[in-house]
Amino acid sequence: MDLVKTLSNQQFVLTKVDAVVNWSRQSALWPMVFGLACCAIEMMAAGATRFDWDRFGLIPRATPRQSDLMIVAGTVTHKMAIRIKRLYEQMADPKYVISMGSCANNGGPYWQYGYHVVKGVDEIIPVDVYVPGCPPRPEALLYGVMALQDIIRERSLMDDVREGRQKPAAVEVPV
Amino acid sequence: MSLDAAAVQQKVEAKFPGKITRAELEVKDPFFVIDKDAIVEVAKYLRDEPELAFEMLHCHSAVDYLGAKDQEDRIEVVLHLTSLKHRHWIVLKIELPRDNPKMHTLEGVWPTANWHEREAYDLFGIVFEGHSDFRRILLPEDWAGHPLRKDWEWPEEWHGIKVKPPEKFADRAQGGEEIGIGPFD
Repeated sequence: MDLVKTLSNQQFVLTKVDAVVNWSRQSALWPMVFGLACCAIEMMAAGATRFDWDRFGLIPRATPRQSDLMIVAGTVTHKMAIRIKRLYEQMADPKYVISMGSCANNGGPYWQYGYHVVKGVDEIIPVDVYVPGCPPRPEALLYGVMALQDIIRERSLMDDVREGRQKPAAVEVPV
Repeated sequence: MSLDAAAVQQKVEAKFPGKITRAELEVKDPFFVIDKDAIVEVAKYLRDEPELAFEMLHCHSAVDYLGAKDQEDRIEVVLHLTSLKHRHWIVLKIELPRDNPKMHTLEGVWPTANWHEREAYDLFGIVFEGHSDFRRILLPEDWAGHPLRKDWEWPEEWHGIKVKPPEKFADRAQGGEEIGIGPFD
């Protein structure tokens, strides 16, 4: 109640732009509805009532245009990779990527003989958080989301201006 | 009435003399090797003859025998047939040369062969003549080669994406990989 009293008396709060912007960014990470393999089942469980990622402000959006976060949940085949690349490019900045599970991290069980699997989704788009597991449990995914929130909190708006986001290697997208 | 493999072989041999080039009946899945030029007629006969009635092609696959011990180099197409009516099973094999594997499509006999033959083409490069929609089914259409061939070589990259396992994991290739289980497990 002290805060309310202070606010009603003073009517303003002194803070930093970074703090406000980062707080709003980290509290409304809207992920894109996007599952590639069995990891997607755990991702759905993380969204359902028992784990309920709404608590973290994650509301799944059905279009990349409204999304801030791409959770790459599953095996990235070469055929899918070009589509992932395109979806990532369709998302508006600031955008973040969580690579969920061994397949998206480094190809997982397919990395030696899987001619059809990309050896890690970081070959095509920049990844902020890697969640290990095969598949990771929903708690692990939520831990990854919290790790991403920590990353967002520590950044400054000026960092984006100074460095820009790390640009991925150019991938030619066949039509 | 259910027939055993020897009885099926007898019927086929009587109708198409000399078209069964080899038969192994004392194995778990008895099979005959059929002359590739006669395969469509034999397949139609197996499907339509009331006592055989192999109306289902339940598995269509291929094997690359490159450098197999005591075996001549070849590609084999393997057809597993089932009769739901009589409850009997048989395996047909078709031997094709490795340098130009080509046979007639069986799409007209069992429609399910359509996609399976596309898969056999995709992964082994077997050409099925007379197929109605002959193109790759799983891999990208501009993919180089047929990866389940024993002599297939990995391309370095596909549209700028690395295909070979990257060097950073090369030392772990020998000992197998540990798969993480997450922070809370």
